[in-house]
Amino acid sequence: MLEVKHLTKNYGKLVAVTGVSFRADRGETIGLLGPNGAGKTTTVSMIAGLLSPDSGEVLIEGKQVKSDTDPVKLKIGLVPQDMALYDKLSARDNLTFFAALYSLAGAKAKQAIDDVLNLVGLSDRAGDKVETFSGGMKRRLNLAAALLHDPQILLLDEPTVGVDPQSRNAIFDNLEALKKRGKTLIYTTHYMEEAERLCDRIVIIDHGKMIANDTLQGLHKLLPVTNVIAIDLDDADGFRPEQMLALPMVKSCDLQEGTLRVGVHDLSRGAPGVLRWLAENGHSYHHVSSEQPDLETVFLTLTGRSLRDS
Amino acid sequence: MIPFLALVRKDLKLFFSDRKAVIVGLLVPIVLASFFGFLFGGQSGKAETSKVPVLVIDQDESNISRSLITQLGGDKNLDVKPATLDAAREAVRKGKATVAIVIPKDFGKDAGHALFTGENKPELGVLYDPSHNVELGMVRGILSGAVMQTVSKEMFTGKAGREMVNESLTQVENNPRISAEDRKALRDLLGSVNALNERQNEHREREGASGQRELSGGLTMPYGTREQAITSGQDIEYNGYAHAFSGMGVQFILFMGLDVGIALLMLRQSGLWQRLRAAPLSRTMLLGSRTVSASVIAGFILLVLFGFARVVFGVHIRGSFAGFVGVCAAFSLMTAAFGLMVAALGETVEATRGYSIMATLIMVMLGGAWVPTFVFPAWLRRLTVVVPTRWAMDGLDGMIWRGLGFSSALAPIGVLLLFTLLFGVVAVMRFRWRTE
Repeated sequence: MLEVKHLTKNYGKLVAVTGVSFRADRGETIGLLGPNGAGKTTTVSMIAGLLSPDSGEVLIEGKQVKSDTDPVKLKIGLVPQDMALYDKLSARDNLTFFAALYSLAGAKAKQAIDDVLNLVGLSDRAGDKVETFSGGMKRRLNLAAALLHDPQILLLDEPTVGVDPQSRNAIFDNLEALKKRGKTLIYTTHYMEEAERLCDRIVIIDHGKMIANDTLQGLHKLLPVTNVIAIDLDDADGFRPEQMLALPMVKSCDLQEGTLRVGVHDLSRGAPGVLRWLAENGHSYHHVSSEQPDLETVFLTLTGRSLRDS
Repeated sequence: MIPFLALVRKDLKLFFSDRKAVIVGLLVPIVLASFFGFLFGGQSGKAETSKVPVLVIDQDESNISRSLITQLGGDKNLDVKPATLDAAREAVRKGKATVAIVIPKDFGKDAGHALFTGENKPELGVLYDPSHNVELGMVRGILSGAVMQTVSKEMFTGKAGREMVNESLTQVENNPRISAEDRKALRDLLGSVNALNERQNEHREREGASGQRELSGGLTMPYGTREQAITSGQDIEYNGYAHAFSGMGVQFILFMGLDVGIALLMLRQSGLWQRLRAAPLSRTMLLGSRTVSASVIAGFILLVLFGFARVVFGVHIRGSFAGFVGVCAAFSLMTAAFGLMVAALGETVEATRGYSIMATLIMVMLGGAWVPTFVFPAWLRRLTVVVPTRWAMDGLDGMIWRGLGFSSALAPIGVLLLFTLLFGVVAVMRFRWRTE
């Protein structure tokens, strides 16, 4: 459906994007995850044909966008990061205009407008001026405007920036509905929770470079530990974590405020061995739980920096 | 065609959606044009101009100086008041009087002698405000005429004149340096003046007794003028509002064009631009639709302005209506292209707004929308040929109040379309499509 091959874009000496490659199939959601300024928007702009890459190519169903009026562009719907609406016009007038840009008019346009308004839950506000909408409603209308011509690929550039949790959930519901319809979604975000919830595959970009491209599970495997066993000890005095590191299944061990965190690769084999060793060495405990590292940990591991602090 | 029409319709919808802005945008040029039209003569084209304030310091206090002051005071262009030298100097310095004329002691006597001998001419002091050079020239002309008439009248008909002729006769008779032939000739001349003086005196006494008007006498301008304003027809008076509405229309449409450019610059920085660029639209369509919508808005502004001018101030299109429409259309297109060029050349919105306002005001001024171009220096007048607003003003004036035919509109239309092409080419070539 969509193939991005070795995209590179420089602004003078500044390398905005270098060597980014990934592929997205029908019904698949790809997350472009990275801190602000990582190169996500530049990548999306090149996919949408707004920027021409210095090298590399974007193929949509095997074809490149060759000109401003190339029909291949009909397969793409762009939801820009900045709100792309006319505040002084009503929601319906906005959608009528954007539909006309794709040569939709008359009954076809009306049907498309009704459908997208219904999808984003704004049918009852269709006649109101956009300037009277809340931030969340504007974001939903911003999404609706990109769906009018029924594109196969939807490019979403941080579509939830500045919205309340309720509107964010509404947008997620919309996107999940679109995914079920077989749409291909390219979703840029710097919120790991969003990527974890929505995306089938995650492309991590930092300083313009693609540093990972895998499923969530695949990314976890890049970590030295994939599971952490958290054990609340009855008496932590005198416990020496380095003793536990001698066990073959234990990859890491850390004791803080009475809670022992033990990193293992395989929880099913690692957990019984760890608990047995504690019992045999006289360390009683009152609570055991398992934790899985999140994308924040993945990013930290891969870049040495926190995603939020970047 | 659907996207193109949608782009134009959207621009018009956005323009008319802010009704307050539309009303203010139309009211301001109407109010200013009405005001300027009133200043420039109103519907009759004969506004009373203000008089030049002139102070006179009479140190002579002779018949001639008093007659001179009366003569100056009778001129419709001057507001003459007596003053002392110090007060006059202070008034001119403070700008309360434009000119002060100092008539020195013995001016009358010396001027009379100088009239016949050409020697020892007395000097009138003229104190003037250097910021009013044009008025100074006018006062100088009026003063020359008044002095000539007053002095010659007194010499040929007044009592002082008779005394002076007798005195001169005595000097001629007693001057050994004058040859016999010259003495005879001067005796004859002065004797004739004396005889004329006597006859004038008797004539005046007879007229006084019969109540008839006395002849003015003295040397006066040997011609008069019959002034006629050339407008579109013999009985059609010049309407000062015609030029004022053209000027204000040109100015505000240029500002509208500027707004189009600034709006496009701002659009480039917004998500809307990304959405427009992501759609399968050509560059020609994006810029072309802007040109069309801006031209339609400009046409609407002109329609309202001249509609108002016609209904309220009786401004009629005396020349070719087709020519008028052609000039308006060409100017509207030129303005739209100018706006696009501003957007193409502009860097930041703030900086672009600053220098494009300056460029617009210069174009408006050089086009003659504020003041007639004849007040400019010659080199600047020549420069106005390359200013599109000058052609727009010439075209509108020609079609509205000069009553010219369509053929006279062809040159302004042609030049304005050439400017449209020039600005359009620069806009398309320099417009940064990419959002990097």
